[in-house]
Amino acid sequence: MEKTFGRYGGQFVPEVLMPALEELAEGYERYKNESTFIAELRHYLEDFGGRPTPLYYARRLSEQFDKRIYLKREDLVHGGAHKLNNTMGQALLAKYMGKRRIIAETGAGQHGTATAMAGAVLGLKTVIYMGAKDVERQKMNVFRMKLLGAEVIPVKSGSRTLKDAINEALRDWVTNVGDTYYLIGSVVGPHPYPTIVRDFQSVIGHETREQILEKEGGLPDSIVACAGGGSNAMGIFYPFLKDDVALFAVEAGGKGLKKTEKVAYHSASLCAGEEGILHGARTKILQNEYGQILESHSIAPGLDYSGVGPELARLVDIGRVKARNISDGEAVDAFHLLSRLEGIVPALESAHAIAYVQKAEDVGRLVIINLSGRGDKDVEIVAGLR
Amino acid sequence: MKIKKKFDALMRKKERALITYICAGDPTAEKTVEIVDALVKGGVDMIELGLPFSDPIADGATIQAAIDRALTSGMNPDKFFRLVGSMNVAVPLIVMTYYNIIFRRGVERFVSDCKSAGITGIIVPDLPVEESEELHQCCQDSEIDLIFLVAPTTTEERINLILSKASGFLYLVSRLGVTGMREDVATSTRELLKRTKAPIPKAVGFGISKPGHVKKILEAGADGVIVGSAFVNIIAKNEPKMLEDLAGLAATLKSATK
Repeated sequence: MEKTFGRYGGQFVPEVLMPALEELAEGYERYKNESTFIAELRHYLEDFGGRPTPLYYARRLSEQFDKRIYLKREDLVHGGAHKLNNTMGQALLAKYMGKRRIIAETGAGQHGTATAMAGAVLGLKTVIYMGAKDVERQKMNVFRMKLLGAEVIPVKSGSRTLKDAINEALRDWVTNVGDTYYLIGSVVGPHPYPTIVRDFQSVIGHETREQILEKEGGLPDSIVACAGGGSNAMGIFYPFLKDDVALFAVEAGGKGLKKTEKVAYHSASLCAGEEGILHGARTKILQNEYGQILESHSIAPGLDYSGVGPELARLVDIGRVKARNISDGEAVDAFHLLSRLEGIVPALESAHAIAYVQKAEDVGRLVIINLSGRGDKDVEIVAGLR
Repeated sequence: MKIKKKFDALMRKKERALITYICAGDPTAEKTVEIVDALVKGGVDMIELGLPFSDPIADGATIQAAIDRALTSGMNPDKFFRLVGSMNVAVPLIVMTYYNIIFRRGVERFVSDCKSAGITGIIVPDLPVEESEELHQCCQDSEIDLIFLVAPTTTEERINLILSKASGFLYLVSRLGVTGMREDVATSTRELLKRTKAPIPKAVGFGISKPGHVKKILEAGADGVIVGSAFVNIIAKNEPKMLEDLAGLAATLKSATK
C-alpha cells in the first residue's frame, strides 16, 4: 500500500499512534483478501445493509434536464446513506484485529449512527465524539445513536463542530490505543485510512459499473458525486479511474467562496483550499495565511469540513477529477426538485450533485449521479428556511 | 543558548534539567515576556514556547485552553518571531508547534526565523520521524536541534530510527494520552526510560506537576523533566501574584532536580 498519493497523504500524527497505524495497515493487508472476512462483510452488506443498491433511471429528471440520468441509490442502504459501507467494513476489521472498543467522530450524526449500527450488530463497545454545537443541532441523531447502544460524548473545545470531534477522537485513540479502533468516517486522516475507506466504499462503483453496462451496454459520459471529505465520491469514482468517463466532485460552495481570518463561508477545499496538513494528512485544506484551520460552512452537514481526502486532492491536481461547487441555495432548489419529480427526498449533500448536473454543460448526455443519502435528516433544515 | 551546552553545564553541577512549557501570547504577548523572565528567575533550565495552532491534537484540555487564549490575544507566527527576537533570555528557547504552521510558513523560512530569533530547538508533536526529512535537513543546516518524541508504544526499531535524526534531547512521553497533570508516575515511564538507550539526554514530559514526580522520574534515569500544565494553570488564573507563583513553582520543582 502506498502511503502517499503524489504529494498528498502521509502520516502526520503523534509518535504514540505510529505503531497503531502500522498495526492497522498490517491487519488490513491480512484480512482484506481473506475469504472468511470477505464472506462475512458481504453477508452484512447484503442481508443487513440491503446491498446491492439499485441504479435507477430517473425518467422525469432526465426529461427535465434533457439528459439520460441514472441515480445510484445509496439512500437505500440501511441507515439511509452510503456511510454503512465503510463502518461495516472497518468495524468488522476491528473485530478481526481483536479490538473490543470502536470510537468515531461525527458531524451531523450520520457517520456516528452508521458506526453505532455496525458496533451494535458486531457487539463492539462504541463511543462517538460529536461537537457540542452539533449535539444541540442534531438531537434526533444523538437519540438514535444512544438507542443503538453507543455512548455520545459532546466535544466542547474549539469551534465545537466536526473538526473538533476528530481532534477529540484522536486524543481518545492516543490514550486508549491498545484496545481501541478508531473508525474514521471518510477518505481522510493518516495512511492507511484514505485507502481503507476508499476500498470499502468502492462497492458503490463496482456495482454501478456492472449495472450501467447491463442497462446501457456501455459506460456513462460522466459520474457526478458530492464531496465533503470525499468518501462517496471516491467510492463511485475509483472503479472508473482508468475509463473514458468524466468524473465530477461537487463541493459545498455555501454562501460563496469567501473567507475571513477565522471562517470560510463554504467547504470547498478542492476548489478554494490550499495545501497543508490536517488530521494526519497532507491535502488541500481551508486555512488562513498563518496555517490556522478555518471553520467551514455548508447547509449540508455532511459536507461541512475544512479538508478533503488526499487521493481526491491528487486526482483533481492531475486533472482526472474535476472539482466544482454549488451554493446552499442551488442545493436546496435541487432538493425540492428531485423530491417533486422523482418522489425521492435526497440528502442535502447529494442535492449538490443534482444541482450541478442541472446547470452543467460539461457532463455529457449519459450521466450517473451518486445519490449518497436520503434527505429525511434534512427536512427540519429545509423547513426552517421557509 | 545551545541545548547541549546547557545539559553539559548541568551535568558538571550534578543537576538535571527542568524544562517548562508555556504558550506564547497567553494571556498576551507582553505578559509572555514577563512570564519567561519569572521562570528564568525561578531557575528553569530551558523553556518550550508554544506557537499556537488551531487544532492541537496532542494536547489536553489545559494546554488547548492556553492555545485558545493565545490565538484570541492575536498571537501568530510573525508576532511570535518578533516577540522572541526582542527577548534576551539566558536559557535555551525551544519552539513547540504543529506541522501545518511550519509548512504554511515554508520550512526553510520557519527555521531561518527560529535562528534569527535565537531559538535553538524545535518540537513538532504531529511530525513523526518518517515525515521529518525536509525539516530535519533545514535544522541541521542551521544548527538547530530537532527534538523528537518517544512514546510507550514506540518499538525498539522505531527508537533507533528516531535516534538517527534526533538531537538536543529525546522527549519521552511518560504515558499514553495527551498533555495534562496526573496524580502519579506510571510504571510505563520507568520501563520506557529503562529500554531507551540514547546517546543524547532524555527528558520526560506529559503529566508531571509535583516535586515528588520529578524526583521519581529522575531516580528512574531521566536527564530532565518537562512541566507544562502546572505552569499553564497558574497563567490561566491570571491573578496579580501570577509571576510570583510561577517563579515559586519553578524554584520548588528545580530544587527537586538537584
